[in-house]
Amino acid sequence: MRMRQHLKTGLGLILTAIMLFPVYWMLNVSFTKDTNMRADPPHLFPYDGTLEGYRAVIDQQLPYLGTSLIVGLGTVLLTLVLSAPAGFALAKLRPKGGGALSFVLLIAQMIPGIIMAMGFYAIYLRLGVLNTVPGLILADSTIAVPFGVLIFTAFMSGIPDELINAAMIDGATTWRTFVSVILPVSRNAIVTVSLFAFLWAWSDFVFATTLDGGGDAQPITLGIYHYIGNNNQQWNAIMATAVIASIPATLLLILAQRYVAAGVTAGAVKD
Amino acid sequence: MAQDVLTRVPASASAGAGAPRRRSRGHWTAWAFCAPIVIYLIAFYAYPLYRNLDLSLRDYTVRSFVRGDAPFSGLDNYREVFADPAFGPAFLHTVVFTFVSIAFQFAIGLALAVFFAQSFRLSATLRALFLVPWLLPLIVSASTWAWMLNSDSGIVNAFLGFFGVEPVNWLTSPDWALTSVIIANVWIGIPFNLVVLYSGLQAIPAEVYEAAALDGATGWQRFWRITFPLLRPVSAITLLLGLVYTLKVFDLIWIMTKGGPADASTTFATWSYRFSFGSLLPEFGPGAAVGNLLIIMALFFGLLYIRFQRRLNQ
Repeated sequence: MRMRQHLKTGLGLILTAIMLFPVYWMLNVSFTKDTNMRADPPHLFPYDGTLEGYRAVIDQQLPYLGTSLIVGLGTVLLTLVLSAPAGFALAKLRPKGGGALSFVLLIAQMIPGIIMAMGFYAIYLRLGVLNTVPGLILADSTIAVPFGVLIFTAFMSGIPDELINAAMIDGATTWRTFVSVILPVSRNAIVTVSLFAFLWAWSDFVFATTLDGGGDAQPITLGIYHYIGNNNQQWNAIMATAVIASIPATLLLILAQRYVAAGVTAGAVKD
Repeated sequence: MAQDVLTRVPASASAGAGAPRRRSRGHWTAWAFCAPIVIYLIAFYAYPLYRNLDLSLRDYTVRSFVRGDAPFSGLDNYREVFADPAFGPAFLHTVVFTFVSIAFQFAIGLALAVFFAQSFRLSATLRALFLVPWLLPLIVSASTWAWMLNSDSGIVNAFLGFFGVEPVNWLTSPDWALTSVIIANVWIGIPFNLVVLYSGLQAIPAEVYEAAALDGATGWQRFWRITFPLLRPVSAITLLLGLVYTLKVFDLIWIMTKGGPADASTTFATWSYRFSFGSLLPEFGPGAAVGNLLIIMALFFGLLYIRFQRRLNQ
């Protein structure tokens, strides 16, 4: 029995290693010298490594990273402001037509981003907000807002009605109840929605390339994309940028693992 | 909390159906809370989609796109798209990319979910690590795979060469480009399938397995007679949602192959993008038309998914 346990752990480790090999390879290449890049066979470990790739990131990619950070935070804020009240209303106030609204949100989630991007492009061109940070934040929020409402609705449905009734009896308005009773106990939902909104905005490529491809304030996904396009010989710099761009995802997994799993499944098993 | 949201959803949904209607006093208050999202949906979902529809029904040039006075041309753009020699291949690639990706993601995800559902040391940690590919920005995964699949210096060809296999031109040969993007897409999609199916497995009561074990069922029988049938509703949901997500994959293909070489990996998503943004002379009309065809495909599976979801919750 003990033996079988160890066997399973061993097999699990092997499977995980295979699955994560591309991630390891990204790290390995990010430390590989230009002269070794085309070695045959490729170096499996970055012995005789270099930090040149990372130096290139610091020299060239910091503005992109800054833009992505602002876009990510802006998207989180906008998503929370829009989705938390709606989630509360759908879960607890249950207006007539609320079911239709939930349905529309489900459908909205399924519309391919590339098509949204085309519509946004036509509108932004007219309004003159192409290549601006607020324009990108607005577009990126469309990825997260429907998800946010669904998470908040699911979570807030679980808050006991007594809590709300008690506040109402004490004379609190619905808004006050929402702000001082509901929001504080919904911390977990707020964290989940924020994490995903940030991650999606940080990772977005579709909206960035269509709506923000020509300005000064471009996000890191475009930083990498330009790298691939321009100097496709310097793969250590490309992979170093990729490593840096993966930091938010990694932090998220380490610090908030349980929220991540919840978010993934909630996307599928929610109503 | 990880499980909280999940277990709570069906519970609350049923409680909601059984509870008495809340007083209508709150009706207007409720809609006041929903007002921002309704306005948002109209302005940033409905309107862009309307603009997209409008684009597909007019004959746009660059100048009329800026000025907004393109003449109405009915279904001309759609006719043009259907008559385009690239239509057939793009449709076929979309179908192959979507279904082959889904089949592998699901099969591998299910096998891993069953494996990780057994308790052994480190199983929770390793399962969490499996999420990494799903969380990485697509541009990161796509560029990493592009380099791994590089014909001359990629690790994949080096590995195959170790077994005496001739180098494959993964991304530069029309025979292999679609396969390459499918491989990368399967890798990205496994975590989603693993996590959702794993949560489905957790919901199967342990007593069922205990009873089967008493009856002397083998592991293989347990899987096909118990796990598989009981997992069917969750499987249907996973597959349908996977279809919706996979149909719209654009970044991965565009970054790895730009739909090439010679359109060998062009799907509707990349085709539509190439019409509208891929050249110096954008053709917004056909681009929007292809996009709308893609929406119809996504909505077909999307509505099926919602139907299944509803039935499951009842």
